[in-house]
Amino acid sequence: MSSSAGAPAVAPELTPGGGSDPSPRSRGINPAWLLLAPGALWLTAFFLVPLVQLVATSLYDPAGSEEAGYAMTWEFANYVDALAFYAEPFLRGFSYAAIATVLCLLLGYPLAYAIAFKAGRWKNLMLILVIAPFFTSFLVRTLAWKLILADNGFVVGVGEALGLVTDGRLLATGVAVVAGLTYNFLPFMVLPLYVSLEKIDHRLIEAAGDLYASPVQGFRQVTLPLSMPGVVAGTLLTFIPSAGDFINSRLLGDTTTQMIGNVIEARFKVGDYPAAAALSVTLMVVIVAMVAVYIRRAGTEELL
Amino acid sequence: MTRLGRWVGEHLVLAAGLVVLAYMFVPIAIVVLMSFNKPPSKALYVFGEPTLANWLHPCEPEGLCSSLVTSLQVGLLATVVATALGTLMAFGLVRHRFRGRPAANVVIFLPMASPEVVMGASLLALFVAVGFGGVLGFWTILVAHIMFCLSFVVVTVRARLQGMDSRLEQAAMDLYATESQAFWKVTFPLVFPGILSAALLAFALSFDDFIITNFNSGQTTTFPMYVWGAAQRDIPMQINVVGTAMFALAVAVVLGGEMLRRRRERVR
Repeated sequence: MSSSAGAPAVAPELTPGGGSDPSPRSRGINPAWLLLAPGALWLTAFFLVPLVQLVATSLYDPAGSEEAGYAMTWEFANYVDALAFYAEPFLRGFSYAAIATVLCLLLGYPLAYAIAFKAGRWKNLMLILVIAPFFTSFLVRTLAWKLILADNGFVVGVGEALGLVTDGRLLATGVAVVAGLTYNFLPFMVLPLYVSLEKIDHRLIEAAGDLYASPVQGFRQVTLPLSMPGVVAGTLLTFIPSAGDFINSRLLGDTTTQMIGNVIEARFKVGDYPAAAALSVTLMVVIVAMVAVYIRRAGTEELL
Repeated sequence: MTRLGRWVGEHLVLAAGLVVLAYMFVPIAIVVLMSFNKPPSKALYVFGEPTLANWLHPCEPEGLCSSLVTSLQVGLLATVVATALGTLMAFGLVRHRFRGRPAANVVIFLPMASPEVVMGASLLALFVAVGFGGVLGFWTILVAHIMFCLSFVVVTVRARLQGMDSRLEQAAMDLYATESQAFWKVTFPLVFPGILSAALLAFALSFDDFIITNFNSGQTTTFPMYVWGAAQRDIPMQINVVGTAMFALAVAVVLGGEMLRRRRERVR
């Protein structure tokens, strides 16, 4: 690959900010472009262009088919139809994802906190253990949950004894789907939380104690605000994949727990491309809008 | 009160953290257990009696091992390409100022902020639109995997580069190292751990991906797709063997690396 040979040639121009002054060797081409070009082209061709194509597909004539081809008729009605028809899985997908995200935060924060502040020399080991479940395939783990939550299983038994489970089953309910989502995306919450907790200067927390803050006050007014970047990153990394997921709903739920991801997958599989594309675009737009609002709000809170 | 509060802070949080960690391993334990399971009947996914048969004949279910080979091939190729492209991008972003840098950052961030179902669907929409609908398979899977691994590689390597002191290279050059000597003897060894963890991450992401693959695979079957198909019929216990083996292998590699690092630090 010619570009890897180019790396050592450009790397030495790296006095801080040195890239800005045009060196005679670069012959007018900024070396940054050479480094970025291959990856940027890949992302453009296989991420940005497909997104444009997705938007175009969402406006095709729904009467078309894969064999007969699709006609571009600027069919904005596709969006109205898709949303009118699939409003329920849409809302369900977002609420499941939101609940799972909150649960991940509640479970993940103590774990990240323990790793960052209490684990001592076991810190690296605990971090490895957080990532380790990743390597047992996502689907295999989700199937294991199917077994754990099975009708005659331990969890259902305990739930019944406590009066939490009433009709003798958890599988094929929203509870099982949310449990699966929470489990599968928990590491995505723990890792960014750990990174931002780990950066906190311990002396700040000690200073709070010296100034007569109780541990709880110290946590709420020093540690928690300083870990906000991790909370924001973690909730996004948990919420976004959860909102589009269809594996948990399919393996642990039933037709009454369909999320928007299930609908998109099903529409694509039957070749109803315009409707599937309209739903995908809507999902993407809603998520990007939520992310923008969320980051802005979290950002201002940090400033306060 | 404060002493009680402090004691709670010292121990309760650690205990809670360990409980959560244990929770993360409950399904793993089930996977390991089920890899030694002989179910009472093929259709029942419950524990029958212990057996070693699954470990001795992992390839017995039709298509399992070929799907595993496909996944490993895709994973390795995607890791190599994504790591190479992503590392170059990270260098470009950290070491150079140029117009369009904010835009480049957005393009790199967006794939990580997109639901997989949208990425898979849009790639399929593109492949169908350009008439590739019929040739979906190994190469379209590979293209997709490189795409979604790329951003994660850039972010990982960039973090490592940003944390690096660029004065070290200046010092090397002050000591009459040539440009390429400074790069290969100072910069690269310092960035290498970042590149390695990026490659591991890329492989894990690729090997485990189902959603994007599902849209773009045509007739080709990766391991997650095999599991998905099996989950609709009766599930062969051998998938738990693969899950357990991958888990053990990954933990061994990571722990081995960690021990090596500790020993090297002690030598220093």
